[in-house]
Amino acid sequence: MRSVPPNEQAANAPTAPQPLMAVRDVYKTYTLKKGQTLKAVDGVSFTIMPGEVLGLVGESGCGKSTLGRCLLRLSDVSAGQIVFEEQNITHLPERTLRALRPRMQMVFQDSYASLNPRRRIGDLLAEPLRVHRTPEGTRRNSATIAHRLTELMELVSLPHTALERYPHEFSGGQRQRINIARALVLAPRLIVADEPVSALDVSVQAQIVNLFADLQKHLGLTYVFIAHDLAVVRQISTRVAVMYLGVIVELGETDTVLHNAAHPYTIALTQAVPRPVVGAARPAPLRGEIPSPVNKPSGCRFHTRCPAVQPRCQNEAPALRQIAPGHEVACHYPVLK
Amino acid sequence: MLANTPAPPLLEVRDLCVSFTSRGQVIPIVENISFSIGDREILGLVGESGSGKSITAMALMGLIDAPGVHVTGSARFRGRDLLALPDRQLRALRGREVAMIFQDPMTAFTPVYTIGWQIDEQLRVHQRLSRRQARARTVELLGEMGVPDPANTANRYPHQLSGGLRQRAMIAMALSCNPSLLIADEPTTALDVTVQAQILELMRNLRTTYGSSVLLITHDMGVVAETCDSTLVLYSGRVAETGTTRDLFAHPQHPYTAALLASIPPMSGPRPDRLPAIPGGPPQPMERPVGCAFAPRCAHTHATCLPAPPPRFCTVGPGHTVACVLPAEGAPLPPRSGSSTSPVL
Repeated sequence: MRSVPPNEQAANAPTAPQPLMAVRDVYKTYTLKKGQTLKAVDGVSFTIMPGEVLGLVGESGCGKSTLGRCLLRLSDVSAGQIVFEEQNITHLPERTLRALRPRMQMVFQDSYASLNPRRRIGDLLAEPLRVHRTPEGTRRNSATIAHRLTELMELVSLPHTALERYPHEFSGGQRQRINIARALVLAPRLIVADEPVSALDVSVQAQIVNLFADLQKHLGLTYVFIAHDLAVVRQISTRVAVMYLGVIVELGETDTVLHNAAHPYTIALTQAVPRPVVGAARPAPLRGEIPSPVNKPSGCRFHTRCPAVQPRCQNEAPALRQIAPGHEVACHYPVLK
Repeated sequence: MLANTPAPPLLEVRDLCVSFTSRGQVIPIVENISFSIGDREILGLVGESGSGKSITAMALMGLIDAPGVHVTGSARFRGRDLLALPDRQLRALRGREVAMIFQDPMTAFTPVYTIGWQIDEQLRVHQRLSRRQARARTVELLGEMGVPDPANTANRYPHQLSGGLRQRAMIAMALSCNPSLLIADEPTTALDVTVQAQILELMRNLRTTYGSSVLLITHDMGVVAETCDSTLVLYSGRVAETGTTRDLFAHPQHPYTAALLASIPPMSGPRPDRLPAIPGGPPQPMERPVGCAFAPRCAHTHATCLPAPPPRFCTVGPGHTVACVLPAEGAPLPPRSGSSTSPVL
């Protein structure tokens, strides 16, 4: 198990450990044609403690990216509450929110699309420093900005000359380093990373996973790490939340969720990961496909694919409940060891 | 299984080279790739993006027709050289004896016809079936691929199906004429893991149900380990290592193969503090080193690795060859260690 690194910025916070972010019963509903609604996030609650890495996993359409965007108010939630640093940010107006932006940042999957191709890296990275004032309320002068840019290049292991170049001059891995540097410019406390390594080559992926881990330790950062690759999530996360069709079905410490899973979906998901080992046991794959999020199954959403389905599961949706300290599962018949 | 086949392999590729000409400069994309696939064998072609794995498949299928592209070498399929075949004959062969499936089934199907219509067409052209016979066979095929309610699904358009169902429909189309070789280019990369597991199971069963051989192109070492009989590792357009999957995973002899396997985060056992990452990135084809292409990133590089030509193949076991100087110099890599390696049974 990993120790939670001390967070320098949290030093003057109250002594009792307060969650950095608390998510309470959040919904995100999209209205489609013909009066249909798509509940991308369908009642999700959890907290993130400072210095923790929460892995958010699930298959496509489970709502993990939508939830990630809602956390930072890149999308507005339809219902529920998001509290960041003990401040309810759910309905903060854009102007007020802007003052909080330096403390919460995002890294996206597509490293190229998220950088303006017509601007030099130095220019891209300097912009937040010019726009935002220091915590003391003063503007940064060019010397301060130049100093910070040098610092950032060192943090993400890029040469100083990178500042003079354009995004297309870099490889995918280098561009993702630039994206990470940009997220770090204003020294945030929380970073939401949405599939940050899934577009990278295998041999480069490990470098970026290591970089995320190093920065987290050195800067005392808190991550929400969204990914579909369970092995990557296992490597970096302290806790894992598994999502299926808009809800969290299991939440707990990484080792608990991935090795002592109680939800049949989590078990199937971990077993489906192809392992680079010849002759590994290969349990029968889960049948069927993920139902449409527009037309979700009644009762437990997983009952159409669950190998251990019971009559009750078809009518009654299980709530997320604690089955052991820090281990929550939404299943009527959790698998207990 | 393969014991009673002293006959030539189903497909034998020798010294396949693909190069592009750009601004008067010849850029080698794929250099001297050789491999063979036996009956009912699944061969995995692994490599990172830009390693030349898709180009290899396209060249075999005669699908590269851009001006300025040179394809040399030979690919003998049942006695005929695919690379030298006139277009007409190649067209008769494609779809019937060699079929291909792609990563993105959405772009491989035309959006304006139903799935069933597209599979019917193939059967009508190659097997001269009537519309009615073709449709009956299509429905049968879709059912065999695990498509629920195949008769109705056949009447749906590609956009109405999920990614997994589209991939099943594409495999059904590829298998419609019972090809002896199926080339599958990243068939599960766009799919979710639980669906990927289903499709991989389907591919493994093709050997017994259809007697097909498969050339499986992927970047995922996990997919290879679970699916392929033998494996060929490509790095920067050149073969790094080839052997049976069992040997290659238990005892990788090329530092690239070994480093690639080591850099994958383990799903069991203790979590390493840091992943053993490979520094840098693969070279661009124009900047490919004259000696070993992996030398700039390799932990074992020494003077003999650097000058041209690239290291020759060294046989390190039955069917296991590696393009590295280490085994020849008497310093082979140790067997793969770590808790994630299963004991060799």
